[in-house]
Amino acid sequence: MITLPDLVETVVKIAFILGLTIGFYAPIIGWIERKQSAVMQDRIGGNRAAILGFTVIGLFHSLADAIKLIFKEDFVPRGAETALHRLAPVISVVPALIAFAVIPFGGTYNLWGHETRLVIADLDVGVLYVFAIASLATYGVVIAGWASNNNWSLLGALRAAAQMFSYEVAMGLTIIGLVMFYQSLSLVEIVDKQENFYHWGIIWHFPAFILFLTCAIAENKRIPFDTPEAESELVAGYFTEYSGMKFIMFWTAEFLEIVTISALCVTLFFGGHQIPFVTVSGLIDFLGFLGPNGANAAAMLIGVAVFIIKLTLLIMLQMSIRWTLPRFRYDQVMKLGWKMILPASLIWIFLVGAGILTGVMPAV
Amino acid sequence: MTDAKKDYDFHKESHTERMVINMGPSHPATHGTVKFLVTLDGETIEDIDVEIGYLHRAFEKECENQQWSGVFPYTDRLDYTASVLNNIGYALAVEKLIGLKTPERCDYIRTIIGEMARMSGHYTNLGAGALELGALSAFIYFVEARELVWDLLESVCGARLTHNYVRIGGLISELPDGFGLGVAKAFKKNRELWSDFDKLLTKNRIFLDRMRDVGGISAEKAIEWGFTGPCLRACGVPFDVRKAEPYLIYDQLDFEIPLGSTGDNFDRYLVRMEEINQSMRIVEQCLEKMPEGPINVDDPNWRQPSKDESSKKIESLIFHFKAVIEGQKVPAGEVYQPIEGANGEVGFYVVSNGGGKPYKCRCRPPSFALTSAMPQLVTGSMLADLIPTFDMINLIGGECDR
Repeated sequence: MITLPDLVETVVKIAFILGLTIGFYAPIIGWIERKQSAVMQDRIGGNRAAILGFTVIGLFHSLADAIKLIFKEDFVPRGAETALHRLAPVISVVPALIAFAVIPFGGTYNLWGHETRLVIADLDVGVLYVFAIASLATYGVVIAGWASNNNWSLLGALRAAAQMFSYEVAMGLTIIGLVMFYQSLSLVEIVDKQENFYHWGIIWHFPAFILFLTCAIAENKRIPFDTPEAESELVAGYFTEYSGMKFIMFWTAEFLEIVTISALCVTLFFGGHQIPFVTVSGLIDFLGFLGPNGANAAAMLIGVAVFIIKLTLLIMLQMSIRWTLPRFRYDQVMKLGWKMILPASLIWIFLVGAGILTGVMPAV
Repeated sequence: MTDAKKDYDFHKESHTERMVINMGPSHPATHGTVKFLVTLDGETIEDIDVEIGYLHRAFEKECENQQWSGVFPYTDRLDYTASVLNNIGYALAVEKLIGLKTPERCDYIRTIIGEMARMSGHYTNLGAGALELGALSAFIYFVEARELVWDLLESVCGARLTHNYVRIGGLISELPDGFGLGVAKAFKKNRELWSDFDKLLTKNRIFLDRMRDVGGISAEKAIEWGFTGPCLRACGVPFDVRKAEPYLIYDQLDFEIPLGSTGDNFDRYLVRMEEINQSMRIVEQCLEKMPEGPINVDDPNWRQPSKDESSKKIESLIFHFKAVIEGQKVPAGEVYQPIEGANGEVGFYVVSNGGGKPYKCRCRPPSFALTSAMPQLVTGSMLADLIPTFDMINLIGGECDR
């Protein structure tokens, strides 16, 4: 039975997540990408878009981009499957958003007698849910390539399909070791078990983190894995024939996937909202001078802030990778996925199993 | 094996179709304008047809309508990434026809400027190659290095891309004051950028995988196809016009010709990288040894008197008038003069019938020969391999199509 406070809580949380992803991160990532690449390449970066003379270190460029693209012609090429052509960007952008539903962005707080858990849906198969949703994104790409009636798009879509399916397998295997370690598929439980800093995923599963991040970037089709949209070969790959708002949606989907991947990494390997050596209850006790509700609210804000900071740092890590490396060739991507990452993650599963059996790894 | 199995033709039975796609003339990979008609079997290139000529400007015909000295701006636009080298090539060809010996200082300055142009050409090529493979940061590093070289060239002649600096029998201007210091400062930064670029790419596994064993050609085949320049040297053939037929002062300089062994894209990349270093060495040596003296021949027939002089002296005025109205009368004859351009052997075959305009001015562009071998290099490899191969072949539209 859903009570009114529960309903309000869920609506607020959904609104917060939507605001955080679409409202905050989608434009901010565009800005981070511009500015970070500029710093890495000894440039200044976008700094001209201004409102009343204020440039706010280039932040308005994302706004300018959005306005420009909204007013562009909504172009559908001749011979394209119009309905599918319209559907594809939507299918791309939605999975990236709804994957966020199971990611905890804070601990459990007691506000005015109402127990609040900062996660939209505490599924006990959260990990599986994320993978299931992530695999849906493939459809958007493939449909976009197929419906565009363009050879470049088709080639891009074929590459994307092969690449995303292959890396899903590898990505699933990379975190099996982690699941064995925490003995849970629920992301909430995994985060809770990382309250002890020495049980953080990154400490015991560093190889898995590297493998997972590699797979995740490949899933997201960014350099060095951007063969589906390799601009020097395939013009723009699967979204060659997209303009205006539909183009923004692919763009947003890519950015949101960066956020989702980072959020997943934070959750699995970096303790989510947890601060090293500080427990949630300890933090609430420490903030006791604010009164019970004040302490809980402050702890909640701190938890969310910590989560966002970790998230942003991981996003920046992904950006540095993107602006450093050249692009793989399509067959090399597949080789890396099937012949290196897959066996490596199997070996890691074996090692984790051995570690747990022999007691080298702590029981959590 | 049964007969039925032997007759089984996979492609026939599985109803696959070849995909024919137009890459270009306006495609991100074809940074000059060139069109590839590619037949793909999946991702594999079955057949490729290279169509050049989109940047044809009738260079050779245009030269016949210009006076001998009016051709220089047109040569700038041949290999526009290293334009002074074309100036030098043309000037040397005409001077050879006349039998003119330029002052030593002029030769030194030409060598310095030419090597800087070669650096600019290699920076552009390698940077663009990195860019096409997705390494944008590396590209920006080399653009900065190229910018430093262009700043120096700008200080010499005022232009950044199309320099038009060389004249028959001399140069348009002396080096500016403090040029040596400027070079020392810029080269220090250039070496830093070079090593940054090197660290980003040379040992990068992804880059190695993309470049190594891709687009290779054997030394014999390369010679058959008329390869010259870095692409030939990558095959291990020690042919460099600067050593084989020294011109200017290259026989007095100490520099090495980097050689590859396998002739694949990675060797081409390494050869060009090392040539940048050798060019810097040459420039530094020249600046050290450069003699004082005039930069123009002391012969008003060939090197026009200055404006100041021609408005004060009647003889100078006459020479100036004759040169401007009739053109300089180059003695009848024909000559071929090769130089080592950034891309390979740039040759000028110049014919004169004794008039004020070239009777024929033919340019031998290195990238034409290189581009003609493209089908050889990429057929059977993957679509993605076309990109690094085409980059390392370095088709410069202005030079290939003329």
